[in-house]
Amino acid sequence: MTMNAHTLTLPKAIVTLLAGGLFGFGLSVATMIQPEVVLGFLQFKDWGLMLVMGGAAGLAMLAYKGFPRWFGRPLLGGQFLTQPAQWNRQTVIGSAIFGVGWGLSGVCPGPALAALGTGNTEVLWALAGVVLGGLAHGLTARD
Amino acid sequence: MPPMTLIETLFPLGWQHYLLGGLTIGAGVALLYLFNGWVGGMSTVFSSSWSFVFKRPFFQQERFLNSRHWRLVYAAGVVLGALVWRFAMAGGEAQHTSVPVWQLLVGGFLAGYGARLGNGCTSGHGICGLGSLQLPSLGAVLTFMATAFLTANLMRLA
Repeated sequence: MTMNAHTLTLPKAIVTLLAGGLFGFGLSVATMIQPEVVLGFLQFKDWGLMLVMGGAAGLAMLAYKGFPRWFGRPLLGGQFLTQPAQWNRQTVIGSAIFGVGWGLSGVCPGPALAALGTGNTEVLWALAGVVLGGLAHGLTARD
Repeated sequence: MPPMTLIETLFPLGWQHYLLGGLTIGAGVALLYLFNGWVGGMSTVFSSSWSFVFKRPFFQQERFLNSRHWRLVYAAGVVLGALVWRFAMAGGEAQHTSVPVWQLLVGGFLAGYGARLGNGCTSGHGICGLGSLQLPSLGAVLTFMATAFLTANLMRLA
């Protein structure tokens, strides 16, 4: 494997595991791992999800805008990557379908993964769905 | 009984844990960027991991091959973080939901398919996309919020 901005060194792997750990721990603290809470938000019973997304996006904004300016490069090397989002038919249709699935199950990809840790065997059905949904998309996508 | 305050009306289950949890998620995303320079959306792993199995050109795109290892480690971290929470904060007990299995399975499938078609989910567009001030991500968030509100409320009526 040639070195590139994505190359996974051992220190980077440890940071990645820690970062994912904070993500999963935060989802759990925020009770986003409970489909009932997410559905409660979507049914206008509780506005907590706005605080979760707002708090997370706020810190992310600080990181994405601040770090490249303050540090130039990531602390473990490589470069600060960007992931430009596109506004096109696929984004609109895909997001609309995503919302239907999210509103039906109360589960999105992060909490689906977290169910493996919380031992929520019912939510593992949703994880299976997400895994198969990703496969179905890839198998039918135009290359 | 005293009248409910606005905060109690908006957040009947309390609000502190939501903000604290959201900031913790954001700290994870920020950590991944600070040390590694990577944008940590959660749904790409459900495309990139299939590149280990399928040789189809779609799965063999460079953007999946480049990142498929770290994305799996990131996903493993999410599982571990939830596991730590379970044993440190929830008495080790397994969690349960009463949402019907068919809704979980079908909803999960649509969420997985849609997130990959739309190139992002609640974290990719909602946290990372909004965090990097991208208008297409704002459009994606408003779109999936709208269809999710609609679906969840139709299900309540059904």
